[in-house]
Amino acid sequence: MTTPVPLLETQALTMRFGGVTAVSEVDFTLREAELRCLIGPNGAGKSTFFKMLTGQLAPSAGTIMFRGRPVAGASPHEIARLGVGIKTQVPNVFNGLSVRENIWLGARRTHTPLRTAAVVDEVLEKIRLAAQARTLVGQLSHGQRQWVEIGTVIAADPELILLDEPAAGMTHDEVLRTAELIREINQSRALVVVEHDMQFIRMIARTVTVFHQGRVLMEDAVDAVLRDPRVRDVYLGKKVAA
Amino acid sequence: MELAAILTLDVLNGVASLILLCTGLAIIFGMMRIINLAHGEFLMLGAYATVVSANAGVNIWVAMLVVAPLFVGAVSLVVERCLIRFLYGRLVDTMLATWGLSLFIVGLVTTIYGNTIQGVPTPLGGFSIGAYRSSLYTLFLVAMAALLLAAVWAVLRYTRLGLIARATMQNPNMAAALGVSPNRVYMATFAVGAAITGLAGGLLAPVSGVVPTMGAAYVAKAFITVVGGGSAILAGTASAAGLFGFINQMAAYLTTPVFGEVTLFVSAIILIRVLPQGISGRFFGRSL
Amino acid sequence: MTGSHLAKLAQAAALAAAIAAVAVMPQEVEIFDLMQYTLFAAMAILALSLGFIWGFGGILSFGQTAFFGLGAYAYAVAAINFGDSTGAVALAVLVPAGFALVLGYFMFYGRISDVYLGVITLTVTLILFNLVNSTAGDEYRIGAAALGGFNGMPSIPGLNAPGNPDYVLDPEELWFVTGGALILVYVLLRLLLASRFGRVAVAIRENETRAALLGYDPRLTKLAVFVVGGGIAGLAGCLYANWGAFVSPTIFSLALSAEIIIWVTVGGLGTLIGPVIGCVLIQYLVAQIGTQQAFNSNLVLGVILIAFVLLLRKGLVPTAQDLGGRLIALLRRRAGRTAESLGALKEAE
Repeated sequence: MTTPVPLLETQALTMRFGGVTAVSEVDFTLREAELRCLIGPNGAGKSTFFKMLTGQLAPSAGTIMFRGRPVAGASPHEIARLGVGIKTQVPNVFNGLSVRENIWLGARRTHTPLRTAAVVDEVLEKIRLAAQARTLVGQLSHGQRQWVEIGTVIAADPELILLDEPAAGMTHDEVLRTAELIREINQSRALVVVEHDMQFIRMIARTVTVFHQGRVLMEDAVDAVLRDPRVRDVYLGKKVAA
Repeated sequence: MELAAILTLDVLNGVASLILLCTGLAIIFGMMRIINLAHGEFLMLGAYATVVSANAGVNIWVAMLVVAPLFVGAVSLVVERCLIRFLYGRLVDTMLATWGLSLFIVGLVTTIYGNTIQGVPTPLGGFSIGAYRSSLYTLFLVAMAALLLAAVWAVLRYTRLGLIARATMQNPNMAAALGVSPNRVYMATFAVGAAITGLAGGLLAPVSGVVPTMGAAYVAKAFITVVGGGSAILAGTASAAGLFGFINQMAAYLTTPVFGEVTLFVSAIILIRVLPQGISGRFFGRSL
Repeated sequence: MTGSHLAKLAQAAALAAAIAAVAVMPQEVEIFDLMQYTLFAAMAILALSLGFIWGFGGILSFGQTAFFGLGAYAYAVAAINFGDSTGAVALAVLVPAGFALVLGYFMFYGRISDVYLGVITLTVTLILFNLVNSTAGDEYRIGAAALGGFNGMPSIPGLNAPGNPDYVLDPEELWFVTGGALILVYVLLRLLLASRFGRVAVAIRENETRAALLGYDPRLTKLAVFVVGGGIAGLAGCLYANWGAFVSPTIFSLALSAEIIIWVTVGGLGTLIGPVIGCVLIQYLVAQIGTQQAFNSNLVLGVILIAFVLLLRKGLVPTAQDLGGRLIALLRRRAGRTAESLGALKEAE
């Protein structure tokens, strides 16, 4: 029996900025419908790694494969077209357009005109913003804007969803709802979530990959990772051998 | 042999003109990221200041080297206080407002002085190289361009003023925390850039037709050179002026002056496409 | 009736009114004024081209005159050579559109920033000015048409009925064509903006990163927007050449480039009717200024542009819409309060 092609795989992925190596020789594998969290202190390379996956940065070395197809260095819109949904760290939404229009843009590319309207309504329900459908996104609260972004992303029905700090700046109730949303999405789709909020990680995570100084420090079930003294040390800034 | 000498002089003249034209703009754009589309009109005001004062009896050298820069510097202070300072950070709005300003200045000068004005003769006279004649004023312009670059470099590099200006441009908040008022620095930088442009206008007055609309001929050339040069004020301007001046004069020699200009524009556009950060973005790293 | 139904009805009514105005105008005004309005209409189409690419596509072109002039010259050269205007009109749209395709590809696929785009488009129109201006000799001909250099090209053949080169349109018919073209271009742009392409273009202007992350290619969309704008400006150029039967290199001038930007800024960036209104107002104003000596038109235009950028940045139409919206909201609240107090009275009875 052959092993199925992983949904996402990187091999020896490296990013150098001048003299600084932000990401070094990272091997990473994600299966279909898997949920993976990426954690690590500031400067560990998580966001740089993330940006290489989304096409916002072209790697210095190594490969990225989406279903066996090399995508390293592809531009963001090409990667999005392959079926990857991306939510960036700083929310990137269309502030001057309404919530409905935002989600419509996400849905329209992958659905027929007739189906699009229905999809938009479904997503509005899911992100609990049906009442604010006509409001300009720029006028919503930070948490609501994050949900609009998530909604826009899932409206295109991508197979892999990359979320960079989806819970940032949210109230506790909003965080709970976001966790619920992610679990719902994970019922059929794979997700990679970069996060700082450990409580949030505990709510959603199964497997966690820990970044440290550009490399993968460890990758294990969430309980094992959060118990591990090396991970704690890394967050406290102590020197830890990879 | 003499042809080579004359051609070299032509090229140097072209390069020097570009340097004079662009340094003020490079300071304003390079340090403040402001696109001042009234740049051509600052030049024109410098030319008019020179012509009007020289015709009123002021010594031509004083008119060019003192009156022109001081006048345009003063005008620019008024412009900065009344217009530009409301638009910091609004790049497109600055472009629009300064374009409105350029129309206004042209209109104002036309209203006051009409469409033409008595010019000033080219000082210094000419000299011969074999069968060809050239003008000593050309050599003067080349010398002035070199002097200008040297002076700006010296001020930026060696004086406290230059250091404050460079620091504010790189990190205004930090400079403010150290007790420098960024607004003052912007005002001063804008005035110095404008004064240099006024000087250039004054220097060019004897050799170009002085009309209210003369700025239009220079604004695109100046901008395309500054953009092609990149963000390093001196290295960028000098290298772009050198390259484009050379291309312009050689093409003009081989065809016509108009085609020379066109070749300059086309080359500049191609260069920006190939090097979106300009010459100094690729080659001169962190130099001034 | 819902708000959007009301809006649609109002739009249909406005369209009907515009068509009626075009049809009726020759009976209402003198021939001289009719020709003036024909010019205004042609320029309004030019204004629409910039209003579209800048207000909706986010592309600030300082050289829309490049396409305007290319359209005018293409029409002139083709009309002289073909002897029939039908093919000439097509070329008047296709040549500038093709030029926009090449220039746009060069700029948008070269990752040139928005600001430099302005400088480059400015330079391009200047290049065209310089080139065409120096074609004065007799050797500068395309087929049977001498380009004329700074003298320009006189006696440009007017539009004729398609297939019938002998039936040249008279000024009244030219008005119908020009006014009709303005309405047609407006309606087409409205439809385009409501389509997926139009909405994606607006999204890219709002947030290019997010649009790309959703799978839309910003470069391709911007290129398409730029080409459409170029074609429309070319059409305007063709109609302008017909209006005056003359075209010269001043059509590429910076002065006209500046005016188009003033029309759109004054009228209202982000609307379609704004640039049209701004164009007609400013053109009318400049014509009036031309009749007196006290104020120079550059002076006035400069002050207007500065004033709008500083004080009324949104422009006339959006400001009017805002005020109208606030008035409606105020009236609604008043109506609500009146209803409340009436209800309270009723209960008290």
